[in-house]
Amino acid sequence: MLEIKNLHVKLQEEDKAILKGVNLTVGAGQVHAIMGPNGSGKSTLSYVLSGRDGYEVTAGSATLLGQDLLALDPEERAAAGLFLAFQYPVEIPGVGNMVFLRSALNAQRKSRGEPEVAAGEFLKLVREKAKILKIDAEMLKRPVNVGFSGGEKKRNEILQMAVLEPRMCILDETDSGLDVDAMKLVADGVNGLRDAGRSFLVITHYQRLLDHIAPDVVHIMADGRIIRSGGPELALEVEKNGYADILAEVQ
Amino acid sequence: MMQAARASAAARLAEMGLPGRRDEYWRWTDPAAFAQQATPEAAAYRVDKPIFDGMDKLRLVFTDGVFDAAASDDPALAGVEISHLSEAPEWAGVLYGRLEAAGQSPVRRPFAVRNTAEAQAGLMIRVTARAARPVHISYRQSSSTSEAMLHHVVKLEAGAELTLLETGTAGARANLVLEVDVGAGARFHHIRPQGRSLEHRVISAIFARVGAGAVFKSFTLSMNGRLTRNEAVIEIIGDGAVAHIAGAALGDGADGAFHHDDTVFITHGAVGCESRQVFKKVLRHGATGVFQGKILVRPGAQKTDGYQISQALMLDDECQFLAKPELEIHADDVKCSHGSTTGAIDETALFYLRSRGVPREEAVALLVLSFLADAIAEVDDAAIAAEILARLEEWLAGHRG
Ligand SMILES: Nc1ncnc2c1ncn2[C@@H]1O[C@H](COP(=O)(O)OP(=O)(O)O)[C@@H](O)[C@H]1O
Ligand SMILES: [Mg+2]
Repeated sequence: MLEIKNLHVKLQEEDKAILKGVNLTVGAGQVHAIMGPNGSGKSTLSYVLSGRDGYEVTAGSATLLGQDLLALDPEERAAAGLFLAFQYPVEIPGVGNMVFLRSALNAQRKSRGEPEVAAGEFLKLVREKAKILKIDAEMLKRPVNVGFSGGEKKRNEILQMAVLEPRMCILDETDSGLDVDAMKLVADGVNGLRDAGRSFLVITHYQRLLDHIAPDVVHIMADGRIIRSGGPELALEVEKNGYADILAEVQ
Repeated sequence: MMQAARASAAARLAEMGLPGRRDEYWRWTDPAAFAQQATPEAAAYRVDKPIFDGMDKLRLVFTDGVFDAAASDDPALAGVEISHLSEAPEWAGVLYGRLEAAGQSPVRRPFAVRNTAEAQAGLMIRVTARAARPVHISYRQSSSTSEAMLHHVVKLEAGAELTLLETGTAGARANLVLEVDVGAGARFHHIRPQGRSLEHRVISAIFARVGAGAVFKSFTLSMNGRLTRNEAVIEIIGDGAVAHIAGAALGDGADGAFHHDDTVFITHGAVGCESRQVFKKVLRHGATGVFQGKILVRPGAQKTDGYQISQALMLDDECQFLAKPELEIHADDVKCSHGSTTGAIDETALFYLRSRGVPREEAVALLVLSFLADAIAEVDDAAIAAEILARLEEWLAGHRG
């Protein structure tokens, strides 16, 4: 599904290398988790994959289903099946959640040569998915993320994911700032989307999200590299001992 | 009465003269095109789908500044008496030019004085109850050298209510004055999508007096226009009154010159009143926006709640926004705020939208609508707001890239 090879990234504005040779392969239907200390480059990796400005790829490659991601505009990457649930979802006053979501869905469909979804059908689709995430009609009517609590914003990200049905979902600290109930809702939302044709890259600080979304592979990232990969037990080890041991071991 | 008002305006004009660039409130907008004798040419703009066409309303049409009876509806409307400047009833003779004259101090507005003296036509509208339908003044331009000088007077008696729609391009050059007297407890809603002519030049002035417990709300949508100056002078005279004035202006210099100026003066002269000024401009390709807005709180106008915001969204680096927000407060128990900002499209929001698959240009259009949202929110009627939004979307779709 997703194949990242020797990815090196620096900031565009200054000479600061952030990713220093990331290698990662996520197979179809798999869930991979990335853990790591603050500032290790996890969000940067998610931004570079989804095409945010401000970064320069100095070496390496990233492909989604064989397509060169790095050559595409952000909207083309979305249409190709990539989705990023933001660590900090953006508020857009004056633009209704539904208008936004429908523009997004129809733009993606259009670029794939599929017919647009009519308003009535769309409404039904969203309501169905929103119910699972306990997002009420009132929230759907409000402007995108405006006045949403932290947990509502994260649930809204998962709703977008559910409606857009991407192939490769990246979740950047979707669990941060969530209480146990909200995290459970988010995890249920994600688990409901798990499928042989869909893969997940879950970036998190805590083992607790991985109790609910069971990963196939866990990676530890530090200083712009993946320094260790393993099974779910690796997350438990981090939870128990922190990163210090692993970092020391690598050095 | 009418003749006396016009003669006195002519005398006032002779005394004050027309403005020049040195006048404090004309430094950023050159008055020459309004002042010159000859009408500057402007090609007539073809309107395919007139706005508010499907709405139930009473339409009165002016073509090239002349009342067009054949194109207009029968002026009979429950709760409203409509007549013309040429046959003004007594109440209109008393009011005509009066609010305009009161609005000349402390800042003179010579083009409005000229309008009072020379206006060729206009509607005298008296509202005695809740108007059964909106009144729609529809301007049309057919000649590229037409000059329209129109002067309307609206009087809302206590407790009355009217929605006034004012649409279209009145002439190659237009000078439009609207005097509105909002009686105690009356409600006046003014919605003005100005003509989309690329070349027209328009100077307009609203002079309003707002009585106790009354509501005055005016929203202007301006897309295109070589030169537009919209002035408003609002005097709040009764306790507990509300006055809101808002504008959304969009100009693309690639279509031709675009210069848009909003100049507003709101005076609080009573207790416990609220005023809001919300002005937004979207500029690209060398377009220019000007905002000059003042809130004056007179001594004794306690518990005033005054708010003013003027913002420009620059879609490139070539544009210019000039803002002069002013507060003058002579009472101690008031809440007044003003702010003015100039900014570009928010890159983070743009990336967020694009990451969901919305193409760049469509995402920019959504963010422009997001920027304009507080101004559009000043339109209370949902159906009218939806039409305004549709026009904005259409304009944005035609101005991509
Ligand atoms: N746009 C940016 N400008 C400056 N520094 C940045 C920028 N983006 C990332 N960085 C820096 O890159 C490093 C990695 O950040 P980030 O990817 O957010 O880490 P993580 O998500 O693992 O906490 C940090 O040192 C951070 O300060
Ligand atoms: Mg991060």
